[in-house]
Amino acid sequence: MNALETIGLEKRFGGIVPTNDVNLKVQEGARHALIGPNGAGKTTLINLLTGVLKPSKGRVKLGNSDITDLSPHRRVSLGMARTFQINQLFADLSPIEAITLVIGEREKLGANFWRAFGSDEKIVSETKAIARQFGLADVLHERTASLPYGKQRQLEIALAIAAKPRVLLLDEPAAGVPEAERHEILETVAALPKDVTVLLIEHDMDIVFGFADRISVLVDGKLFVEGEPKEIENDPRVRAVYLGERTDD
Amino acid sequence: MSSLDTAKDASNVMTRKRSWHWLEYAFWLAAAASVFLLPSQHALLTQIAIWSLFALSLDLLLGYAGIVSLGHAAYFGFGAYVAALFAINFTGEPVTGLLVAGVAAGLLGLVTSLLVLRGTDLTRLMVTLGIALVMYEIANQMSWLTGGADGLTGMPVNPVLGFFPIYFRQANSYAYVLVVLFVLFVVAKRIVHSPFGYSLRAIKGNPLRASSIGIPNNPRLIAVYTIAAAYAGIAGALLAQTTPVVSLTYIDFQRSADVLLMLIIGGTGYLYGGIIGSALFLVAQKFIGNITPQYWEFWIGFALVVIALFARDRGLFSIVERIAAWRKRGAKP
Repeated sequence: MNALETIGLEKRFGGIVPTNDVNLKVQEGARHALIGPNGAGKTTLINLLTGVLKPSKGRVKLGNSDITDLSPHRRVSLGMARTFQINQLFADLSPIEAITLVIGEREKLGANFWRAFGSDEKIVSETKAIARQFGLADVLHERTASLPYGKQRQLEIALAIAAKPRVLLLDEPAAGVPEAERHEILETVAALPKDVTVLLIEHDMDIVFGFADRISVLVDGKLFVEGEPKEIENDPRVRAVYLGERTDD
Repeated sequence: MSSLDTAKDASNVMTRKRSWHWLEYAFWLAAAASVFLLPSQHALLTQIAIWSLFALSLDLLLGYAGIVSLGHAAYFGFGAYVAALFAINFTGEPVTGLLVAGVAAGLLGLVTSLLVLRGTDLTRLMVTLGIALVMYEIANQMSWLTGGADGLTGMPVNPVLGFFPIYFRQANSYAYVLVVLFVLFVVAKRIVHSPFGYSLRAIKGNPLRASSIGIPNNPRLIAVYTIAAAYAGIAGALLAQTTPVVSLTYIDFQRSADVLLMLIIGGTGYLYGGIIGSALFLVAQKFIGNITPQYWEFWIGFALVVIALFARDRGLFSIVERIAAWRKRGAKP
């Protein structure tokens, strides 16, 4: 069963085709990685999957539902969440406020304009559990903007997990994280619940091979090849277009 | 300590933001006392209270949802005309008038919000400005209904709820306006500290992330725009009820610009900015304007430059905060 699937997905910007007839299938429960050289169209693809961009052609399916025409927030309520390559956080809110906000929206309580925010103890205790899981317990009430970068990176993932997704799109989770804090993020990613299907968009091959059980390679907007990590690693075509390029990173 | 206890602690930290600071009690007590202690200033205080409510409504938009508007007088003026026409044609009971004006302005806000939501800050500035200009010309053209450039007179003002006369009674009139301001302030405070209020902060802070954690950005923005328009309409109705004539100045560009100035002087995003800003603005206008009328604009311009450069969020208040923080640091080296 596919948790996420694209059918003939295409995006054109004038003469440029960053996504060209992509048929991607992500199996339920998979740890699927999407790799490709810079400019391969990874970011455009994730924006098409999450509804930030509308495709020029083709469909996107989440489980059995066709979500092609749904807005980003509707996709979240159907079980798709994402993180961003560059942190997209709420600078003025604290981690506890931000996580509580996500859970409240998930539970359809977000439009309530009369209750005190944060007064639902069931939500708050779930918030605390998530904060602990992501190493944020000691900075719960700090302003997000004042957190160290590594903590912000954790929060970036925590917010997506708080939405209880069935499918999680991770866009370069370790991007910009200093070497010393890197293992923390990688542990977090490795410890994600098994029932969550993860599509990892990544540039760093060590992370990809340490994490994924399935890899798709995107080149020039097209799915170039797909397979298990071993096959990808040994595929001479992949080496030629992608792995060879690693040296000039 | 069980995990529920700690959740309770954490919950308390969040809900505490909604509770009242002693300075707030002091402020509202002082406002209530001014009804009895400052009879000579009731006319000015009434103006301040009405502008405060108007600026508070703009704060809901700008301070919490991040929507800039240069045309908020559209809703203020619409509410004023609706209140006046309703009083002339149906009943002169003021509270009924406020409710009708609030609903009417809210509906206008609901419809026009669809135009305002599109685009960026600059687009919004232009669209709100445009809406206010259109409303102004409609009021001007429909002189058979609005009195056009001559204004609308002859609006009856009956006792509030049938027993509290405010017509040509300055103290009562001020008390009435102040009570309305207080009630709507309390409601606004509740709104901004609700889950809805926090979702607005999230949309303001990062709309891209807000939608990708499941917040329906547009419906939330439409809701707050409607609420803010209703508040502005009620403020306009209050001015109509306490002034002999409703005129085109209720809806003109100067009013939209002034309310934005007041809010920015007082600071956005903590609800008191509009009150502090309008008090400073109107007191300064009165006193500086009395001494040297041409200097009045000079000082407003000067204040605007200082605030824009040094204290964008909390207006003059944050300059006070900064000085306080600086003195605290100086005290214990």
